[in-house]
Amino acid sequence: MDLKAKTKEIRRLTLSCIASIGVGHVGGCMSIAEVLSVLYSKHMRIDPTNPGKLGRDRLVLSKGHAGPALYATLASFGYFDKKELLTLNKLGTSLPSHCNMQLTPGVDMTAGSLGQGISCGVGLALGSKLSKDGARIYVIVGDGECQEGQVWEAAMFAAHKKLDNLTVFVDNNKMQIDGLTKYIVNIENIADKWRAFGFEVIQVNGHDEDAIDKAITKAKTVADKPTCIILDTIKGHGVSIFEKMGFANHSCPVTVEQLEVSLKELED
Amino acid sequence: MEVRKAFAGTLQSLMEKNEKIVMLDADLAKAGGTFNLRQVFPDRAIDCGIAESNMVSVAAGLSAYGYIPFVSTFAPFLARRAFDQIAVSVVYAGQNVKLIGMDPGIAAELNGGTHMSFEDIAAMRAVSNMVVFEPVDSTQMALALPQIVDYKGPVYIRMFRKETPDVFNKPNYKFDLFKADTIKEGKDISIFVSGLLTADTVAAAEILAKEGIDAEVINIHTIKPIDEQAVLTSAKKTGRVLTVENHNKHGGLFGAVSELLSENLPTRCSYVAIEDKLGVVGKLDELKGYYGLTTQDIVKKAKSLL
Repeated sequence: MDLKAKTKEIRRLTLSCIASIGVGHVGGCMSIAEVLSVLYSKHMRIDPTNPGKLGRDRLVLSKGHAGPALYATLASFGYFDKKELLTLNKLGTSLPSHCNMQLTPGVDMTAGSLGQGISCGVGLALGSKLSKDGARIYVIVGDGECQEGQVWEAAMFAAHKKLDNLTVFVDNNKMQIDGLTKYIVNIENIADKWRAFGFEVIQVNGHDEDAIDKAITKAKTVADKPTCIILDTIKGHGVSIFEKMGFANHSCPVTVEQLEVSLKELED
Repeated sequence: MEVRKAFAGTLQSLMEKNEKIVMLDADLAKAGGTFNLRQVFPDRAIDCGIAESNMVSVAAGLSAYGYIPFVSTFAPFLARRAFDQIAVSVVYAGQNVKLIGMDPGIAAELNGGTHMSFEDIAAMRAVSNMVVFEPVDSTQMALALPQIVDYKGPVYIRMFRKETPDVFNKPNYKFDLFKADTIKEGKDISIFVSGLLTADTVAAAEILAKEGIDAEVINIHTIKPIDEQAVLTSAKKTGRVLTVENHNKHGGLFGAVSELLSENLPTRCSYVAIEDKLGVVGKLDELKGYYGLTTQDIVKKAKSLL
């Protein structure tokens, strides 16, 4: 399956997953479909038959509310049956809104209280350095999440420790629950901020798989400092019903009819 | 011996044997006695800077990588500032992190109210699966550490770090992390004490004895899970219970003992604890007087129950 087809599949599975309970974080799931597609197709050294394998690459979805997009990706890569996606948020499920490493095979860290996942990712990167196992740690933070002070505590520490095995993606979709990020608390210029904290910074179109692929490949060559890849994205991208909603798509109902229309739009 | 010396010394020997143990500080390694570990273990004794929230979540990440992290700072900077990180990154995520909260309660002395945790036992007790341990002296600290390393799960260690009377430095003392220690048997009243005020409570029991009151003194070093059998057996024997602690009267040892007794053995109880006040600066003895935590206060409260 080529990268674009994989991205579409992730979007289809994500929306079906959310539609199964009728409501969810559509916007922020759709904006990270490409990066998940590229990471799991081309970069993560993983074994879906052995999710806890030592020395594997790990992903921390620090914007933990985008869990369904990660679950869709994990199901697509064989960590568990795609049918399980339809259990989202039902009592007893292994797929809660926000990622829980104790419940879901392939989820490398629990996240949901914003700002914490990146620090956990820094801990994983430090662990890999101590273990000398050559693993790479990837973290996805939201742009709104960058309003959390802990993100910058983590960034300062990661750069100080020269964690060049750490790559942080910022899903720069420019929206948060209450509105446009620039009107809530402006985080621009986000690239300058990460650079100032000691990161190598690469900024790409977050909906361009080839650009993301090249950026990750470059991040692997950076020595003695962590890399931040800023993904310029659109919240709800790929499903026009939801994209048109703007920031109202952060968490919104998904009807059976909307799902049908969207799945057609996402056909190969 | 200073409790922090027992902590750092014992941890060093454990780190020599177990390469998975890591020590994280937040610019208080000198205060906590762990600074010199950096010379022995330059990679595994790490300063995270003045960023406690990050430190706790970093520790959770290290734990997820198979390490056993100890994090240390003043008690309020863990139990207050990093409470969400403890609850989510560590406990909810199922991670094996050991938390050292230093200078609890009035032990913060001249640092005053900003540094005084009168609520940390209550906060940590309320977190699912958290073990809450408060050593009395360097002997207990040194004996507890290997058991804390072997125990898989989060542990909050409420550590008075300086010189303190060595109550348990005696031959044949056997320590069990989950068993309370009877210091003195008695039949008239049960006094349950944790941490800093243990020596004062022993002294109070001696004064009571001279007045013909036979108090039983039991040290509850692990407040959660509390040694239920020890508390219930003693309360049944004496029928009167006094708790003594360096903490707010709400949610600490008094809370833990009262909860247990009210469900299983309703017993007349009272407390020596901080009367829901804020912190002030002062020296330890002055603060004991100010908050009503002296030997005489313990004697008075015990008699009021008889």
